[in-house]
Amino acid sequence: MSTTSLKKINPRTFDYWKAQHLLNRAGFGGKPAQVLALRNRGSEDAVDYLLDFKKVKEEPVRADQFDSSIMQPRSEADRRSFRQARQSGNEAALERYRTMRQDRQRADRRQMATIQDWWLERMIETPRPLQEKLTLFWHGHFATGYRPVEDSYHMFLQNQFFREHGAGNFKDDLVQGIIRNPAMIKYLNNNQNNRDSPNENLARELMELFTLGEGQGYTEDDIKEGARTLTGYTFRDDEFQFNARNHDENSKRIFGRGGNWNGDDFVELIFSRPSASRFICEKLYRYFVNDAPGGFTKAQESVLRKMSKTLVQSKWELKPVLRQLFLSEHFYDEENHGACIKSPTQLVVQCIRSLHTPARNLRKLNEACGFMGQSLFNPPSVKGWEGGRKWINTSTLFIRQNTALYLLTGRDEQARPWDVAKADFSARHLVEHLDGISGRDTVRDGVVYLLRFAHSVPPDEDRVQQWVAYVNERGGRLDEPTLLNLLALITAAPEYQLC
Amino acid sequence: MTEHNEHPWSRRLFLQQGVTLASLAATTPLFIERSARGVMLPLGSLVSSQAGVPEDRVLVVVQLGGGNDGLNTVVPYGSDDYYRLRPQLAIQAPGRDNGALAIDGSDGIGLNPAMGGFKELMDEGVAGIVQGVGYPNPNRSHFSSMDIWHTADPDGKNNGWIGRYFDNTCSGTPNPEAGVAIGRQAPLAMQGESQLPVSFERAELFRWMGTDMDPKLEDPYEQIARTNHVGPVEEDRSQNAFLKRTTLDARVSSDKVRKAVARSPLVTYPNSNLAGQLRMVGAMIRAELPTRVYYVTLGGFDTHANQAGQHARLLEQVGNALNAFYRDLQAQGNNGRVMTMVFSEFGRRVAQNGSSGTDHGTAAPMYFVGDMVRPGLMGTHPSLTRLDEGDLIHNADFRTIYASVLEDWMGTNSNTILGGKWKTESLLREG
Repeated sequence: MSTTSLKKINPRTFDYWKAQHLLNRAGFGGKPAQVLALRNRGSEDAVDYLLDFKKVKEEPVRADQFDSSIMQPRSEADRRSFRQARQSGNEAALERYRTMRQDRQRADRRQMATIQDWWLERMIETPRPLQEKLTLFWHGHFATGYRPVEDSYHMFLQNQFFREHGAGNFKDDLVQGIIRNPAMIKYLNNNQNNRDSPNENLARELMELFTLGEGQGYTEDDIKEGARTLTGYTFRDDEFQFNARNHDENSKRIFGRGGNWNGDDFVELIFSRPSASRFICEKLYRYFVNDAPGGFTKAQESVLRKMSKTLVQSKWELKPVLRQLFLSEHFYDEENHGACIKSPTQLVVQCIRSLHTPARNLRKLNEACGFMGQSLFNPPSVKGWEGGRKWINTSTLFIRQNTALYLLTGRDEQARPWDVAKADFSARHLVEHLDGISGRDTVRDGVVYLLRFAHSVPPDEDRVQQWVAYVNERGGRLDEPTLLNLLALITAAPEYQLC
Repeated sequence: MTEHNEHPWSRRLFLQQGVTLASLAATTPLFIERSARGVMLPLGSLVSSQAGVPEDRVLVVVQLGGGNDGLNTVVPYGSDDYYRLRPQLAIQAPGRDNGALAIDGSDGIGLNPAMGGFKELMDEGVAGIVQGVGYPNPNRSHFSSMDIWHTADPDGKNNGWIGRYFDNTCSGTPNPEAGVAIGRQAPLAMQGESQLPVSFERAELFRWMGTDMDPKLEDPYEQIARTNHVGPVEEDRSQNAFLKRTTLDARVSSDKVRKAVARSPLVTYPNSNLAGQLRMVGAMIRAELPTRVYYVTLGGFDTHANQAGQHARLLEQVGNALNAFYRDLQAQGNNGRVMTMVFSEFGRRVAQNGSSGTDHGTAAPMYFVGDMVRPGLMGTHPSLTRLDEGDLIHNADFRTIYASVLEDWMGTNSNTILGGKWKTESLLREG
């Protein structure tokens, strides 16, 4: 069992494999040259470089990147004539409206697919990996699904919101922002939460899933009263709107304190609870450090307590917590290498970014992620993706192996026969640096290095022997076809699912 | 997940028996261990309250995607309103040219003439229909309504009802093949907290494809799966150990599934999409896979235009596929332990539209096949005179049907799974 803590690591121990661990966890991995560059910065600089990502230049996302008008509500005139058609039973007109609506829904689903592809490409290409990794984290934390929202532009805006504030202030930016977010308001029905008939959905999830954790320091009455504070929090077009007419102006009693609270006050009250810092730290810990099931060990408990303390001391700023974590002995503890299971998105993006395969076809990759259980913008429920072992079963394992194979070769199950000549992927760059070192067994070195590089954990000796024997059978050279075959095997091994 | 002591495979026991099981687990995947001991899925002491329900029972769910037109499947030929609202599309009364198939003991209600295969099962007393199934405030979007059916939640924002069934009944180590879905993506209905269901479109895709690139990769690939340094104790906390065991499970279950499906069935199945899927399910049941729930899907029921021919072809496919599947189970001697449930996300509007089709509607029938199923028509046909803005009003909430499936057939308490007390009548026949 690990005994390491959040104590800072000795910068001199920050070697190539630690740098790779950092890049895998705080991003989506990278080529050998990128890992080396990160290592050469030293631990402090490397972490700052990843964390202060806004200093890194990247093409800004424009608000008009996508069409905001597809699902915009009908005009007043349109609505009036629709009502008339309904009253007079004008079937032909009603049919026309239905068709129009279906056309808009179809167009919007198409745009949602385009946005999915756009985000995946961004994760693959970005010079700010931690920004996208955090965007994915918050998408899973403040999980919002496209279907009930039925507005791809609102999903895009929410995605942008996570991108903008991913490493910002948990309370002031993220939680205060999410109760004003149109997609979330729609998803949790807060647009139907009004004075006369409160809807408790947002108030409940705000405490249960977003901040305190299930049953941690609140009662059913706190939910009911909290829902009243959020009455009138709605949206119009693409913007938050406070509808004073629907807001309950009477006094509410939350956590034993009375007052004429509004939604903003409700958030402040939640963050005054002692449990407020713990839950989010647990989720960050599972996402970035270790997602093995079961309760936390003593060492982990101590780490979580310190993370929570840092978060409270920094007044809910996330950067100090993440910086402390990424620079800690605990983060680099051997026990935490390979202790996470790659999400489908991580699997795909890391495969491309670290092995440097072509990105192939983004649509196919997004579909594959869906088959593996993670369709972006479509989390299975408001709880988001459970992650960890939940990603894996006998069928998703084959899809994972075959998706890696597709990235390596460009061949999917529809295309027969294989044409390895057209694979248009060269793996030589992965082992180039081993060339020309005299007095070494280059085959063994190459196999050991590739296994360690791709598997996040030191290789088992019998694996090494099996595959050294395999390469030697093929002529004992790490040429392109042999490297490709070797990578096909490496990506099919169970260890490849580890991060 | 909760752990029950009586559960033969609960982790606590697993650890107590650590020494012997550790050596077994190191070389044998979970999958084989179970089959080797002749244990069906370890669902604890779940016994159905209904007499005659076998221990090793299986549920097969057939999803008709797109919104099957219930009124032209179970035809209310005794209603004048039916003929008034569907001047071109209505199915004629029995005895007329291409008229409905009369159902014994029912007055004015028959089956679409294309449903001969299903009718035969009804005549044998092994098939039943629940009429007018739906839910309040019906949602007419395919996606939203399908989500509602899959989650059994009026907002469609929960996980799946079958998934929750697995969560509630399978404690400790998850079962690799408790639920199997035919299709590339596991349906929401089967997704619970603890694990994703197994799903594959075709058995030959349920494997690693690397050997297509180079057949010589077979041996080194085999070694990957067989490498053993895994024990159940390490697996408790080591993701690596867990993945090694699952890789071995996958390898074995891929072999087993592909071998099962490669065997020719005992009866001839029609050459259709649904029949092909049910043939695979039949083969897996025959090979005694430890699967509790199978899930198959047929789309194309969104008949907005020129419905008649298209709909008849779909119903013929459904009727004949269900018939062949039941005959297969009979030939295997497994007909007593399998129940099949057929549903769609909604029915269609009562009046036909301007393009000789029908638009999205509300309540519709559900169909059941199995020796224990209460045969014939259950419930009452929804009224064609008392409509809600041109749509049928449901007589039975689908959650009461799920409740009976869960309690009477699967033998579990449905309250936690369905979030309330929904159980009313039983779908199964007495004793």
